[in-house]
Amino acid sequence: MKTLKTTGCNSTVTVTKINGSGAIKRRIMDMGITKGTPIFVRKVAPLGDPIEITVRNYELSIRKADADLIEVK
Amino acid sequence: MSIKIALAGNPNCGKTTMFNDLTGSSQYVGNWPGVTVEKKEGKLRDHKDVRIVDLPGIYSLSPYTLEEVVSRDFLLGERPDAIINIVDATNIERNLYLTTQLAEAGIPMVIALNMMDIVKKSGDRIDAQKLAAAFGCPVVETSALKGVGSMEVANRAIMLAQKGAHTPPQHNFSRVVEDALEAIGDQISQQVKPELMRWYTIKLFERDEKVGDYFTLSSDIKQRIDDIIADCEKQLDDDSESIITNERYEYIRQLIQNCVHKKRPGMTLSDKIDRVVTNRWLALPIFAAVMWLVYYVSVTSLGTIVTDWTNDVLFGGYITEWATAGLAAVGAAPWLEGLIVDGIIGGVGAVLGFVPQMFILFFFLSILEDCGYMARVAFIMDRIFRKFGLSGKSFIPMLISSGCGVPGIMATRTIENEKDRKMTIMVTTFIPCGAKLPIIALIAGALFPEASWVAPSMYFLGIAMVILSGIILKKTRLFAGDPAPFVMELPQYHFPAPKGVFIHMWERGKAFIIKAGTVIFVACGVIWFLSSFGFANGNFGMVEESQSLLAAVGSFIAPIFAPLGFGTWQAAVATVTGLVAKENVVSTFGVLFGLGEATEEDPMLLQSVAGMFTMVSAYSFMVFNMLCAPCFAAIGAIKREMGGWKWTGITLAYQTGLAYVMAFIINQLGSVIFLGKGFGMGAVLGCVCIIAILWLMFRSYNPNRNIPVKTVQQVN
Repeated sequence: MKTLKTTGCNSTVTVTKINGSGAIKRRIMDMGITKGTPIFVRKVAPLGDPIEITVRNYELSIRKADADLIEVK
Repeated sequence: MSIKIALAGNPNCGKTTMFNDLTGSSQYVGNWPGVTVEKKEGKLRDHKDVRIVDLPGIYSLSPYTLEEVVSRDFLLGERPDAIINIVDATNIERNLYLTTQLAEAGIPMVIALNMMDIVKKSGDRIDAQKLAAAFGCPVVETSALKGVGSMEVANRAIMLAQKGAHTPPQHNFSRVVEDALEAIGDQISQQVKPELMRWYTIKLFERDEKVGDYFTLSSDIKQRIDDIIADCEKQLDDDSESIITNERYEYIRQLIQNCVHKKRPGMTLSDKIDRVVTNRWLALPIFAAVMWLVYYVSVTSLGTIVTDWTNDVLFGGYITEWATAGLAAVGAAPWLEGLIVDGIIGGVGAVLGFVPQMFILFFFLSILEDCGYMARVAFIMDRIFRKFGLSGKSFIPMLISSGCGVPGIMATRTIENEKDRKMTIMVTTFIPCGAKLPIIALIAGALFPEASWVAPSMYFLGIAMVILSGIILKKTRLFAGDPAPFVMELPQYHFPAPKGVFIHMWERGKAFIIKAGTVIFVACGVIWFLSSFGFANGNFGMVEESQSLLAAVGSFIAPIFAPLGFGTWQAAVATVTGLVAKENVVSTFGVLFGLGEATEEDPMLLQSVAGMFTMVSAYSFMVFNMLCAPCFAAIGAIKREMGGWKWTGITLAYQTGLAYVMAFIINQLGSVIFLGKGFGMGAVLGCVCIIAILWLMFRSYNPNRNIPVKTVQQVN
């Protein structure tokens, strides 16, 4: 299973599923990460976490632990 | 007719700028009732009867975050006459997501399409008319930063409010969802006003927990609604809340295909800046340089100059002289002069002395925040601070606290997550501030004249306590519960608006002067009274400090400090006066040893202090004073930022408790190791304390988040 956490930098993926529930899932989706959304992984922070992604034409930083909830292809 | 207009929008959409533009100088800043979320209100310029309420910056109207709940309660509870929805046109897709939710509140709405100047400059086009038709409400192009369009938006909102016609939500979802919503609507149509129908049917469909706060449903109806939702969830293979979120974004995607024409350029300026600023190798050096500059200017160079001037020249010189002369001229009693000059001017002056320094600091922080760098700081530092329960943004308050804890505590405002903010407030004053340096200098000079490790050891101790506290507190009930995901927008860099920066700086500084000032004012009066009055020769009156009530209090509480190795009344009194300002610890010793205004370098004072302590008890004394409750100014700031006495009490109790335990361990075990004392009861208790701390740190603790994640992974 490929998640956003395991996606390498400078690649574009599409969201297939968001795991988790309640506040965490809602927050991730509120930010525009929904099924079928293309996501571009821009970079990893200097200390290895969080990562920076481009989604719906804006920049978002997300911790790897949360990124692991987002299944992509 | 008085009109109430709510200002709503995402964070970083230019809402604050628009608010400043609309209200000019008539602002009132407070907190929303019962919570620490900032509430801003003001009157519309040239319209005395129009009140503008600035809602917190939010991405959604979910029931999960404090800011979102506050906004919902305001929209549904207070029913403003109109909403101005500010939409960042450069980031329109995500911004319109909130718009679709605001439209359901059944309140007249105007959309301010903000930052249109930037959109036009980049060659993109947005069809405002199509957007207006789609949402069924006026859309005005604005640029709040340049003051363009704000008043037109306000006028449109007033017109709508006077007409009283609410904006009916125009967007629709897929057939399956609409059918479900209609079926739910049929169940509740008796109980809900028509303009709120859409809102409540959607909230019920989302299984929103907070809906129950507004009206109750019979279990029969609840069951029917549950069936409708379950049926729809089965058809679409997702939970209802996610279905709605998905459909909103789907609706927006289709809408902007029609209305927004993007010229896909290469990299924006913001992208170029970020390539350098958050670069893997350059990010940390650049960050260090920026922090050094801010710290150097506001705490060390310029800040010290103005603070010294305020303390020594303004309060120490002019105001004291004027007050003394003035009081002498009206023939005031000596005790009154003492109260005013020594107690109040001395004490309040010591606190107000920090104000200029704070203003400089807030000026820089406002710039860092407005231009978008603060979000990058969190991005860069998050990894380290998360390890002990804090966030990347906790770094700045701690750095500032090494100068002064008061602005450090106030700088926690930039941390959005409430738990992270509270935790940062609780631990940030462990970092030794400038006023604690004289204590270190005095003790080190008196008992450790040759040792150069004493002062640095205090900084290491402070950092160690921050880490230790983070790890321990994170595992307590206080900070348990659902951890919020760290999903943070990295906004486009932009040039900060000078007006906004100054308003920002002034608001924070002013609040400190007023709120902290009142607490300190009273506290200084009380301490002065206790230290100046007492019983001598059977009469109550003004006495030497050694005979004062404070000395009596000191003797009374001294036994508490005995297990820490400094159970003398002088040390107890010094610790208490340290609450007014930490520098007082040194000057109190001076007074108590009859040396008058002594400094930490006075050889007589060093000798007297050296005679009172052993090396171990002196170190213990120092540790206690570094870690225990901070000065009144900082306590005032804590109360303000914590939003009440409950959390202030928890904070002070935790800090003082930790200080006590640390000093106890140092004194008891230090006496055994360095002074050859026998291994008795105290040492055993010291070991128990260490074991207890280690247990608190390393006990297994499962924050709730791991549980659902793991199950999901196992299933797959």
